Amino acid sequence: MSPVTRTVLVTGISRHIGARLASVLAADPAISRVIGVDTVPPTSLTRDGGAQLNPLGRVEFVRVDLRSPDIAQVIAAADIDTVVHMSLMSGPAGSRPAMKEHNVIGTMQLLAACQRSETVRRVVVRSTTAVYGSSPTDPAVFTEDSEPVEVPHTGYGKDASEVEGYVRGYARRRPDVVTTTLRFANFIGPKVDSPLTRYFRAPLLPTVLGFDPRLQFVHEDDGVEVLRRAALDDHPGVFNVAGDGVLLLSQCLRRAGRFFVPVPAPAFRFLGEGARAVGRMDFTPDQLALMSHGRVVDSARLADEFGWVPKFTTASAFDDFLQTRSAR
Amino acid sequence: MNAEELLTFAARRISGRYEVDEFGYDAELNDKVLLELLRPLYRHWFRVETIGLHNLPPDGALVVANHSGTLPVDALMLQVALHDEAGRAVRLLGADLVHRLPLLGHLSRKTGHTLACKEDADRLLRKGELVGVFPEGFKGIGKPWSQRYRLQRFGRGGFVASAIRAGVPIVPCSIVGAEEIYPKIGDLRPLARLLGLPYLPITPLFPWFGPLGLVPLPSKWLIEFGEPIRSDEVDPAEADDPMVVFELTDQVRETIQRSLNALRLRRGPAFFL
Repeated sequence: MSPVTRTVLVTGISRHIGARLASVLAADPAISRVIGVDTVPPTSLTRDGGAQLNPLGRVEFVRVDLRSPDIAQVIAAADIDTVVHMSLMSGPAGSRPAMKEHNVIGTMQLLAACQRSETVRRVVVRSTTAVYGSSPTDPAVFTEDSEPVEVPHTGYGKDASEVEGYVRGYARRRPDVVTTTLRFANFIGPKVDSPLTRYFRAPLLPTVLGFDPRLQFVHEDDGVEVLRRAALDDHPGVFNVAGDGVLLLSQCLRRAGRFFVPVPAPAFRFLGEGARAVGRMDFTPDQLALMSHGRVVDSARLADEFGWVPKFTTASAFDDFLQTRSAR
Repeated sequence: MNAEELLTFAARRISGRYEVDEFGYDAELNDKVLLELLRPLYRHWFRVETIGLHNLPPDGALVVANHSGTLPVDALMLQVALHDEAGRAVRLLGADLVHRLPLLGHLSRKTGHTLACKEDADRLLRKGELVGVFPEGFKGIGKPWSQRYRLQRFGRGGFVASAIRAGVPIVPCSIVGAEEIYPKIGDLRPLARLLGLPYLPITPLFPWFGPLGLVPLPSKWLIEFGEPIRSDEVDPAEADDPMVVFELTDQVRETIQRSLNALRLRRGPAFFL
């Protein structure tokens, strides 16, 4: 059907899912080269704990700031045919403007480089279900065609919407290239480090008084698997990726056996900012919206196109996270 | 529930090991706790009688009912009736306002309600659920005492379009009794606007008697399910043809109005019987 994938570029390799994907791809004999780029070198590529025969040595790391046009040279020099763009940051590691620049300008530079390239024929982009926003008048379940009721106007959701906009533009200009956009629900799993996993690891959890949001998770193993599949075969389009079913926040807290304190929304925001100041968690306005109204997506299109469903349901993914959390 | 069942129930609830569907419906909580609170009201206060339960199709259907009573007690009683007497979990489509409110919004999801929007109605009907809707909305529930048992406009007929798209029958449902629970004889409009509410009623007991004024009057209730009206004779492609939709909407509305008139006669006086 499609020619054998030879050289894959993975951006955002210094973070957990990116690193795991790179090692899985490197372990695949059908792939001759895996090039990983990020702004900082990966701390350790061995975190996946897999039993591959040292595939890590095959991942070539190139330190590139995506915001600069240097990425074009990397793509041109290596005859890359598949690009997996994973470097969206969900929380401000530094300042919000830096995050936005990293996410949006970084994607623009990358896509500009892909557009000039003669060899790139498949682009996979990691996006998020945060593009649907989160509001009390949302439909209960979002499909890929749903328009957000309240367009996310800050943070990760906004960045991801803009990134998707550039991906659509790129797909229009280069119809010969297969583009796959994967909208992931919140990642969860033993090694995931996100605002949400940090929240569930806290000893005492604030919740928004009067709200019990419906949440969905996707296990990190499933996240890596769907990205791998998208990198190896043609699956054009936009797909929601979430573990089957939902958990209410109250259910999560009961399963976790943690104490929680319902606080009014303004106090929750204030606490969130305080927590961010001491570097514990970051509760941005979009996080507050999620913790109030929740968000559920339909992943049926993914199952149809990929012929595959996530191994973990939302509930079993959360339980797996809890098990390793208590083992720490 | 005996003591052992109660213990396992409590353990399951405390450990969070129960199922909630994608709409946030918590069937166990609904049956064991929420409806349990409503049952005394249903059985002893309003002495609800149901008629025509055999008209409910075994599969998915859209139950369309009149709406009245200032507070949506009729929706809750319809829910008890269908759950306890027909063994069906009805999924009601609720107003934006309810879903915007803290506590109430999420409680209504747990009891199986969701937002009245095209996406949710279509999704529930596609899954073969029994869906309930009150197309009059606030115009119906908030109408003054003088307008009782007069059906208001049925919105834009969105419910009919959903039924056509899903090809499910429409079950007309007439509720008699809810009109008398809080007779609305006045409306504190400026205050309602200030609070962002569609109306703020004055009843014979409210606000004069404070919280006591929230006790509904013990009227006698009848809930009748009429013969299903087919929607699968219409081509689903015509679901956005306003002519088709309005015609079917009117048919449903007239059926309910006729049955309301007959039921009122059959019931007689609302109180002291």
